[in-house]
Amino acid sequence: MTTLPQGPDTGLVNGVDLSIDFVGIKAPNPFWLASAPPTDKAYNVVRAYEAGWGGVVWKTLGEDPPAVNVSSRYSAHFGRNREVLGFNNIELITDRSLAVNLREITAVKQAWPDRALIVSIMVPCEEAAWQHILPLVEATGADGIELNLGCPHGMPERGMGAAVGQNPDLIEQVARWCKQYYAKPVIVKLTPNITDIRVAAQAALRGGADAVSLINTINSITSLDLDAMVARPTVGGQSTHGGYCGSAVKPIALNMVAEIARDAPTRDLPISGIGGISNWRDAAEFVALGAGSVQVCTAAMLHGFRIVEEMKDGLSRWMAEKGYRSIEAFSGRAVANTTDWKHLDMNFQTIAHIDQDTCIQCGRCYIACEDTSHQSIAKLVDAGGARRYEVIEEECVGCNLCQITCPVQDCITMLPQETGKPYLSWDQDPRNPFRQAG
Amino acid sequence: MNHDLTHLPRVGDALADRPGMSPQALDDNFSDLHPPLTQRQAIIESERCLYCYDAPCIEACPSDIDIPRFIRQISEHNINGAAHTILEQNILGGSCARVCPTEILCERSCVRNHDAECQPVLIGLLQRHATDHMQFDAHPFERAADSGRHVAVVGAGPAGLACAHRLAMFGHRVTIFEAEAKPGGLNEYGIARYKMTDDFARKEVEFLLEIGGIEIRHGQRLGHNLSLARLHTDYDSVFLGLGLGTSRRLGLTGEEAPGLAPAVDYIKELRQADDLTRLPLARRCVVIGAGNTAIDMATQMARLGADEVALVYRRGVEAMSATGHEQEIARANGVRMVTWAKPVEVLLDAGGRVAGMRFEKTRAADGRLVGTGETFEVAADAVFRAIGQGFDGDSLSDPAAGELARDGERIRVDEAFRTSLPGVYAGGDCVAPGQDLTVQAVQHGKLAAHAIHQDLLAKQEAA
Repeated sequence: MTTLPQGPDTGLVNGVDLSIDFVGIKAPNPFWLASAPPTDKAYNVVRAYEAGWGGVVWKTLGEDPPAVNVSSRYSAHFGRNREVLGFNNIELITDRSLAVNLREITAVKQAWPDRALIVSIMVPCEEAAWQHILPLVEATGADGIELNLGCPHGMPERGMGAAVGQNPDLIEQVARWCKQYYAKPVIVKLTPNITDIRVAAQAALRGGADAVSLINTINSITSLDLDAMVARPTVGGQSTHGGYCGSAVKPIALNMVAEIARDAPTRDLPISGIGGISNWRDAAEFVALGAGSVQVCTAAMLHGFRIVEEMKDGLSRWMAEKGYRSIEAFSGRAVANTTDWKHLDMNFQTIAHIDQDTCIQCGRCYIACEDTSHQSIAKLVDAGGARRYEVIEEECVGCNLCQITCPVQDCITMLPQETGKPYLSWDQDPRNPFRQAG
Repeated sequence: MNHDLTHLPRVGDALADRPGMSPQALDDNFSDLHPPLTQRQAIIESERCLYCYDAPCIEACPSDIDIPRFIRQISEHNINGAAHTILEQNILGGSCARVCPTEILCERSCVRNHDAECQPVLIGLLQRHATDHMQFDAHPFERAADSGRHVAVVGAGPAGLACAHRLAMFGHRVTIFEAEAKPGGLNEYGIARYKMTDDFARKEVEFLLEIGGIEIRHGQRLGHNLSLARLHTDYDSVFLGLGLGTSRRLGLTGEEAPGLAPAVDYIKELRQADDLTRLPLARRCVVIGAGNTAIDMATQMARLGADEVALVYRRGVEAMSATGHEQEIARANGVRMVTWAKPVEVLLDAGGRVAGMRFEKTRAADGRLVGTGETFEVAADAVFRAIGQGFDGDSLSDPAAGELARDGERIRVDEAFRTSLPGVYAGGDCVAPGQDLTVQAVQHGKLAAHAIHQDLLAKQEAA
């Protein structure tokens, strides 16, 4: 294959500027590799930069002696056709010495000045430990740090990772130490293994963090070996819970990003979005809910670093089509439309419509509605035995179930109805027994 | 074989003239026409099923198999569950998976044929996957406690076997009377060799008999050494699954000449042959007919090494009873399809053997077939007739059998497969309704067993 000589990455793809400035960290595109096995050492990181990634968060550094990993580390939640829906790992932080990592980080940053390089760190929750490591990291020339306060397996048992991230006071404290002993941007990575993500984000903000990144992985057991009666991944005859990631966690991550983006105290806190981002559309969704950069891991682990090519290409073409001239131009655009249930319009009504020309008469919408919803689809059989499914409009509540179960693209559409009624929130609704007067 | 083909060369003699042909290549020509799915292919294909509600494929299946259910079971790696779902409706589900014309049954009705996809789920191959890979420690169906009743079944073909198995499930003892040396009927003797390989028909019957309570007596031919009157007296009920034992004749002089034979006789010999090289070979072959038997005959002779095979039919291809899929198999094997021509004379050589056929061109006039008067000849070393099967007249010659009401030559039955003679039931190709499909015969046998059981219970209650 012949490749054109490359200069520094300007961030221009298909004429669209994908470059970002995330709390002062510049990158030619918003696609960063998350701190994880793919960013464990210079060899991988250089390959990622060569493939076109805008940034890398180096796999978490810790105190010496380095962590030791077990054999058998990953497992997956498979879809029906063996596609990986979710991914689970029990790896710890880097198992290489601090000195080796720092040396490699320094060299890589020098060789790739146009790319973002952020260093993930996890040391014990003691001021001295942070005071010791932060100057060493700063000396590498890396662009910023990300505090790993979320690792859900292994490290919490030693008082680190999620053990810190689940305690808002500790989050605030560690963030404060980092701002005290480190001059460049500090990003706090949040664990989703918590009741209310907003509390953790507010703590990071109080501690002076420049940004938060989320989500870290979710406590998980993906599957069991039912013959051996042990979960996967299996180490000897045992297993332990791991951290869950991959496309299955995207909906959870999106919600947590939105919660922080629309919470008054953290409304302006920059967010690096993480969680099941597998393609440009996922990335655009995180950005639309307020993320300024996105981090990817599982998709790269499953397909290699090359996936970033399509991510950049697809995102830039979509942006051009929509007229967005930069990532910032659409960042947070969907936040205002994400609200509490009580603010939804009680007078809005939508109704399913089945396109008879594309319907294949599989009956899935019918049985789903008949058994589990509102009996709003009629099954009609003509004299010749031909079947036809029709929506009973007066019964349809617009739940979308039929549309979700339909195997044919665009066969069932949900049509908003002209009710002639004005917007009415639950707070205003006369059916609300706790309706606010006035 | 009654019909003389002994003057023809053997298949093995011709092998030497043919580049690339060997006994091994010949055997390969008769291995699985449609290879089975691998485990991975089966899983991928099973995922394509939409698990339709009130699925059209079930409606199209003559034996009422819950197709979406068994396909979902395959996708969940529950192969024994899938096989059970198939076999509880169709105990010969393994052979039906191989011989059913799925392209006009379940697969034709699959919603995935819709314009946007144009590709049905491969239901037949999935059914084969489930039945090929099932592994039961014991026969998956149980006999009910012995009822004390004993039912006679005539014919160990698909109808008789299915009937016997279901009767056994109800706890009735069954004795099957079979004319041939092996059970299985057309599965054993009448299916193209490459559609059912590796002695599958025998193994399937062995599996079916594992339920117990079924005895098969061979060499028992109704109207010869067996009478319906006797069976009617000696047994609590009788089921007739006689099939259609004779091949229709062309009605021309010279029909007895060496070189002219019924296709079913040749197919039977081919299926039973241990060594294909010893079969008679018609280097130039004419097959007359338009059904699956004609296609099987023509295609198999081509695969045995014939130089020219012509299939001649008096109407156009659209009127052929062989499905489009079957016709394509024949064409792909080099069979020449000659349509709008009817046989008018068997051409003989000086020794009185078949040398060819003379045909008259035909056309449709107001829906009726008429000869144009124009004739042509096709040279042939052998001519095989495959213009349909008829009743073996002897089988229903005894006085009791003679009383059976008939529709045309076939036995008349009601919707529960009762004949006009109380206590006597019939199903499969020998009865009036249907398209002479294996799967239909199985359904007839199964439903007749239910009727027999109900009628026996009713009789018991009345007594």
